[in-house]
Amino acid sequence: MKLLSLSWRYLWSRPLAASLNLLLLALGLASISFVLLISQQIDRAFERDLAGIDVVVGAKGSPMQLILSGVFHIDAPTGNVPLAAIQALEKNPQVAKVIPISLGDSFRGFRIVGTSLDYVKHYDAKLASGSLWAKPMEAVIGSQVAQQTNLKAGDTFAGSHGLGAGGHVHGELPYKVVGVLTASGSVLDRLVLTSTESVWKVHETDAALDAEDQRILEEERELTLALIQYKTPLAAVTFPRFVNATTEMQAAAPALEITRLLSMIGVGTDVLKALTGILLLTAGLSVFIALWSAVRERRADLALLRMLGAPPRKIAGLLLCESLWLALLACVLGVLAAQGLMAAAAWALQAEKSVVIGAFVWPIELISVPLLALGVALAASVLPAWEAYRVSVFELLQSR
Amino acid sequence: MRDRGGCLIISRQLTYRYADSPTLVFADLDVAQGGVLILGGVSGSGKSTWLALAAGLLQASSGDLTVAGQDLRQLDKVHSDAWRAKTIGFLPQKLHLSAALSVYDNLALAQWATGQKSDDKSIRAALAALGVGDLSERKPSQLSGGQAQRVALARAVLLQPQVILADEPTASLDDDAASAALDLLLGTAERLNATLVLATHDSRIKKHLEADFKPFLGVKLASSPINTGVSSS
Repeated sequence: MKLLSLSWRYLWSRPLAASLNLLLLALGLASISFVLLISQQIDRAFERDLAGIDVVVGAKGSPMQLILSGVFHIDAPTGNVPLAAIQALEKNPQVAKVIPISLGDSFRGFRIVGTSLDYVKHYDAKLASGSLWAKPMEAVIGSQVAQQTNLKAGDTFAGSHGLGAGGHVHGELPYKVVGVLTASGSVLDRLVLTSTESVWKVHETDAALDAEDQRILEEERELTLALIQYKTPLAAVTFPRFVNATTEMQAAAPALEITRLLSMIGVGTDVLKALTGILLLTAGLSVFIALWSAVRERRADLALLRMLGAPPRKIAGLLLCESLWLALLACVLGVLAAQGLMAAAAWALQAEKSVVIGAFVWPIELISVPLLALGVALAASVLPAWEAYRVSVFELLQSR
Repeated sequence: MRDRGGCLIISRQLTYRYADSPTLVFADLDVAQGGVLILGGVSGSGKSTWLALAAGLLQASSGDLTVAGQDLRQLDKVHSDAWRAKTIGFLPQKLHLSAALSVYDNLALAQWATGQKSDDKSIRAALAALGVGDLSERKPSQLSGGQAQRVALARAVLLQPQVILADEPTASLDDDAASAALDLLLGTAERLNATLVLATHDSRIKKHLEADFKPFLGVKLASSPINTGVSSS
């Protein structure tokens, strides 16, 4: 007979109390795991999409809106800026790379992004099939786009005006899918990528009346924004100021804006953490009460064990072990429940074409869940174990 | 009465004092190996205290008590558990079979308590010797009163103790059952050549034993008298 199997059986000798305590503890641990997982995943998703973009330049407006629309593609852009102004920035000695981004159209809720091949290279995206675009009106689609629209290389589709569904359909100039990207977990998964020329072409052909008109339109070509990488980190000090002061555009540093955003979300997760803390405390108290009444109920049994020759530490160990069983089971159940919730959340966010989060990751932070469970179990069993430790054999002799 | 060297339980001027009650003074005793000791007297006369002293669970306030060659005053707390495990078999009044465990596991529990490896053979043998070998998979709730007492006794003698302490073994039994229980205890003690200590206020035990044993040796105690009878086979 082993301590483990014995404490297991004592635990389940009161099945209702054991299950209720298990449920309570598991709920507490599940919520804390969920908060951990989701905040970690959101951090990761932002970090991944940020991928070394030092500054975003676009039309004046809210800097956070510029970042959200230009880097994460979850908000409307602030407006357009002249192509010439962006081209001027390319000549700035502090700038290493400029990736143009042209927004405006979408296909079934997925944004069509006019950009350069650098954009694909920047995220290190790989082709699952087909090739990258070579001429206007060729498009490469992200894995999630391919999955939800069933488009594949060789298919054609027409973009519709605006970033939501229900805009005017540019039927005269359909896009041709030439490649599909592999799933990378980055923002590219839910984008339709094409050259900036394609976006211009779609809108100019729509509006141009004759060749002269076309020429004027070409001169007035615009971009939505540009993702910029610096040559030197020192540029972060002077470049945004230079853009904001001397041009009609604004420069926003994604790292700064995301830190701001996360600190806002962070207040929310802190509140959640406090609430789950209370839940855990309640669970701990309930385990304590259960163990305490178990000791009371089994005083004579425990005293008999002493009479049979069991040293006090063995009796205390028995109680402790019972509580540790609860912690272990609650830990497994709690983490599984949290992962299930995460999978549901990931599915829901994906359906809304929002931030891509992966299900079933095991971040290192999750180690705090078993530690918490262990802590609760130990704290809840200290007094009962002490009570069991000093249980007197007289309970046995005088129980008449 | 044999010489002191052959005696399993020897007590001399044994007293025990609780914090705020009169001192219990116990009669001097010599009980031979295989002998039977009856601790009589009403509730509160010190029977439980004497059992606790003999089991090494309490330290006497004064006097000497030697059980199975061990001077209990020399026994510290740490070693007393191990000593008790191999020397004393205890049959509590309420049996205290663990309801969560089967009959077999209740005996295995005794082995676990003493830190021994689970020994299937001795568990089966102990159950069989008391005629309950075929009940080993049952839960205590599925046993009759008599069966449960046999199981509890099997647990008490599992480690072949030299002393069996039985606390009110006949308290809630009718005459026939009480006499059967007593015969069982005496038979088991005899089989193991163990000394049997019966703490009881049941006058039937006295009657039952008087047929086989010498009359009890009444011993007067100070302030709290305990009727301590002793007889040797």
